[in-house]
Amino acid sequence: MTGKTIHSAIGNNGHKVKIDAKVSGHLNKAYAINKRPAILLTLLVILLAVLVLSAGIGAVEIPALKVLQLLTTPPFSAGWQSIAPDSMQQALVFWNIRLPRLALAVMTGSALAVAGAAMQALLRNPLAEPSLVGVSGGAAVFAATAIVLGGSWMPALQSVLGEFALPAFAFAGSLSVTTLIFAISTRQGSTSVALILLAGIAIGSLCMALIGLLTFVATDVQIRVLNFWSLGSLGAATWPMVTMVVCLAGLPLIFLLKQSGALNTLALGEVQAQLLGVSVKQLSRRCIVAIALSVGAIVSVTGIIGFVGLVAPHLVRLTFGPDQRLVMPACAFVGAILVLLSDLLARTLVSPAEIPVGIITALIGVPFFLALLFRMRRKIGI
Amino acid sequence: MTMLEVVDVSLEIGQKNLLSQISLSMQSKELVAICGPNGAGKSTLMRLLSGEINPSKGEVRWHGKPMHAWQARDLASCRALLQQQAEVGFDYTALEVILLGRHPHHQGAVRNDDVEIAQEALQTLNSMHLAARTYATLSGGEKAIVQLARAIAQIWEAGTYPRLLLLDEPTAALDALQQHRILKVAKQWASKADVTVVAIVHDLNLAAQYADRIALIKNGRLQTIGKTNEVMTTQLVEACFDLPCVQIPHPDGGPPLIASSRHLS
Repeated sequence: MTGKTIHSAIGNNGHKVKIDAKVSGHLNKAYAINKRPAILLTLLVILLAVLVLSAGIGAVEIPALKVLQLLTTPPFSAGWQSIAPDSMQQALVFWNIRLPRLALAVMTGSALAVAGAAMQALLRNPLAEPSLVGVSGGAAVFAATAIVLGGSWMPALQSVLGEFALPAFAFAGSLSVTTLIFAISTRQGSTSVALILLAGIAIGSLCMALIGLLTFVATDVQIRVLNFWSLGSLGAATWPMVTMVVCLAGLPLIFLLKQSGALNTLALGEVQAQLLGVSVKQLSRRCIVAIALSVGAIVSVTGIIGFVGLVAPHLVRLTFGPDQRLVMPACAFVGAILVLLSDLLARTLVSPAEIPVGIITALIGVPFFLALLFRMRRKIGI
Repeated sequence: MTMLEVVDVSLEIGQKNLLSQISLSMQSKELVAICGPNGAGKSTLMRLLSGEINPSKGEVRWHGKPMHAWQARDLASCRALLQQQAEVGFDYTALEVILLGRHPHHQGAVRNDDVEIAQEALQTLNSMHLAARTYATLSGGEKAIVQLARAIAQIWEAGTYPRLLLLDEPTAALDALQQHRILKVAKQWASKADVTVVAIVHDLNLAAQYADRIALIKNGRLQTIGKTNEVMTTQLVEACFDLPCVQIPHPDGGPPLIASSRHLS
């Protein structure tokens, strides 16, 4: 744009307007999206580095080079037969335990963070988070019911669904509570996003109360299981489980990423977005269904991993600006990195035991977030 | 050429009659000011003109086609509205806000052209220095300027359809110089062959200086619409605002001025 002259249709009575180098220099700051390829590439490189690091650390140590080498020899490939017997344990741990867990961590982080960014844009509220549509509360109540009261019927469900029994039950819970919140906020075919916020808070509290009630009647062992579930864990990662989660959470996630341009216009308010040709009602409804499906599928498997959906979008916005077309894809990376690192700590700090990953996401996310807040505080001059 | 037609429009919400039997038409190359007391229904009329809401009776037509029959995206590329309260969520820069106005044209995939148009729109208002500022930190007047740039960027290029610029109190809360700057731009736009500008203006004398015609609205009814000189009479203004008035000729030769009378009843 340096020294470029542009012809203005009416500007300054039709004179040519010259935009000089100085102005164009500060325009780079005005328009952050220009840096999107560089930012996303950097985040991708960081994500890959964290993946290799996480894959190597654990009860069985695998050096980074070995990780890359193992990646090229999947089970049942020709190379698998030629793995030396002393590296066989590493290979098995890598392919059957580490990789599915990493995949689940990436999917979880991305889905929670992108859903959070979409939710905040939809509600124009920085405090919004994906659990407001009821997915977490619903999944938690159903999971708690299964854990505490399921003694007689859960084994039957398990015999049919195997390891999927509890997640499937929790998913049913998250979808039914979301449907309930939807029904409350919809009248004559139009859904009010503001009512979803209020109904979500109310039903969320109700879910918490029900879980409290269940905890009250639970045995000590059940409370321990329940506690672990409500603080989140990626320990359930097996290939079949990960495949299911990626299918259920991945497609809605791609849908959400495609709406980033339209979600941007909501910053101007619903009326203005509508006048800009965005069908706001349809957009909100579809996005909320996508958020519910995607986050519902995740929490049903991992339990409640708080904080990522709320804070990852803010980390991204405070660093790169509010343009959703940059925020949402960047969130997919930042959320994944955050959950990967948290899970790395969760499974190694007190090894062989595990700390619930939700505790770690808060422990490492909050200081980071506060540091950014302090920086912003200086910037706005208080 | 008649572009915007309001045909016998009434709007009821609940039991309340917000607008009753309003009929008027507006041409291209024209700036029409809408004036009237608070609560008269000016903003409601604007919502109807923009196609945001539909009347309970009657019809609003743009380019011969009822508002509800338009594709949202087509209408978005030829009609822009500047709203009274225009807060923007999150910390978008002024330039990013203006680029949001280009959404009907780029659908999220911003092209170089859009960025240039956004800059030109801001340049038109002599406010390039605002480009990199965070919108939320701007003063009321600066926000109004950025929003106006956003609105004109939205309908920047002449396209398949004639263009409509709707300004809902663009001058509210601005100082005198800013008011004139904004209305000057509105007037420039109204000089284009395919553009109609409608503006709600509270200050009658300000409206008279820029508008081709003035519409007076009271209690949801159109009192009168006519050429500026015909409307700026003590009789019509008193009837609309219930305020005793005097008329004074403009010392510069502009349209007559209306001032409130000293003898308020």
